[in-house]
Amino acid sequence: MSRSAVALPEFGAWAPPAFGPRGVLRLLAGLVGGGRARGGEAASGLDAADRRRFKELMLPHLDAAYNFARHLLRDPAAAEDVVQEAYLRAYRGFSGYRGGEPKAWLLSIVRNCAFSWSHAERGRAAATHSLDFGREDGPAGPEQIGDPGQETPEAAMVRRGEIEAVRAAIAALPEPFRETLVLRELEELPYKEISAVTAAPIGTVMSRLARARALLAEALKPEEGCA
Amino acid sequence: MSEACPDKILLLHGLIDGELDAANALELEAHLKGCAGCSQELERLEALRRRLADPAIGYAAPEGLRARITAAIESEGARERRRKTGWSARRVAPFVLGGGLAVIAASLALVVLMPATPSLTLERELVDDHVRSLLAQHLTDVASTDQHTVKPWFAGRTDYSPPVVDLKAQGFPLAGGRLDYVDGKVTAALVYRRRLHAINLFVRPAHGRDGAFETSRDGYNLVRWRKGGLEFWAVSDLNRTELEQFRDLFEQRAGG
Repeated sequence: MSRSAVALPEFGAWAPPAFGPRGVLRLLAGLVGGGRARGGEAASGLDAADRRRFKELMLPHLDAAYNFARHLLRDPAAAEDVVQEAYLRAYRGFSGYRGGEPKAWLLSIVRNCAFSWSHAERGRAAATHSLDFGREDGPAGPEQIGDPGQETPEAAMVRRGEIEAVRAAIAALPEPFRETLVLRELEELPYKEISAVTAAPIGTVMSRLARARALLAEALKPEEGCA
Repeated sequence: MSEACPDKILLLHGLIDGELDAANALELEAHLKGCAGCSQELERLEALRRRLADPAIGYAAPEGLRARITAAIESEGARERRRKTGWSARRVAPFVLGGGLAVIAASLALVVLMPATPSLTLERELVDDHVRSLLAQHLTDVASTDQHTVKPWFAGRTDYSPPVVDLKAQGFPLAGGRLDYVDGKVTAALVYRRRLHAINLFVRPAHGRDGAFETSRDGYNLVRWRKGGLEFWAVSDLNRTELEQFRDLFEQRAGG
């Protein structure tokens, strides 16, 4: 089996290794470094059948990947970029995928790509100043918020306000609490998978989750609504 | 309002997440019967989770992202196939011949068959120019999204007239143009953008037989092509697939 140029997390039959800090650094370095050596990367050697399998396993998690990236980066354009990059890296490294929950494997890659992106962005921040891009506000078009036949316009508006309030409260959470909460509440990953995706021991995941929920409850307290 | 028992807090979360095994769950539930603090905390947690349960809170991927990713995967596969077949022909050719004279012929064959790779110093220069244009806040000399403003601006500034096309509908809006200096000559640079990325398209008169070429350097992608006596270099940190899409679109539109 060909080795991918980029170190990717290995999930599957055996329990994921508890990534120590050094392991995480190596992984990140490999991904940041791997991103810089795109020219001569080893081909992942996928034939048409593998390509189909990759699409079948990974494309269904596109919304999850985007949602996770969006909450990590809090920027719709960046999230799109990162998701695209993540799928490409996942495709190139598909030979390193040992089975196991595909969504968790993919989200791990999304997370690493998001870190690479943030890292590069700090250098680009000064540069893009001159570009004067207008940041788009988000995906165009109405987001589905339920069956219009069953909701009155007033109810829909109230629900819209509630959704935005919750999103804002989540966005205000500091890391690593935000990612832990999103993976548990929005992506419904079990503790073991959150542990693998965030490269943290389960005990740490549990205490981060408890803290995240406490912070969120505090932020969402005034339930009477905005003044 | 009473507080939950500190040593039970994480267990409460484990309970609502369904992560406790049967024995621990039973033990905790027994505790809850006699502990108001923990019971109230559990209620608060459940109320919070109900607020987080609306599926609309999660963001859905925007229109077109799925199609773009599928396309990128397909073209990645195509590129791998091209790369594999391309190399095997080049490796095999010299070994088909045999004998002393054949060795010379083989070396000649290698020289002839190897793709003409542009000098590495040119690639470095282009990447440096690209990065410098971003850092020095000198991305454009003429900042205009209108091709009819940018194209004539080069008249009298360069000895050739670079084609400038409008790709805004395809997601590559024009940002403007700039005079740069490449390989000892004044060179036209057209600036396009793609989401948050900048693409510098360097245009200069073509020389030699250099044709299509793609490479990467320091995390930037470079795509070169030739058309109508001009050589085009697109440099960006945009991923290669989309940069090649840019090339294809530009070539189509610049045909006229």
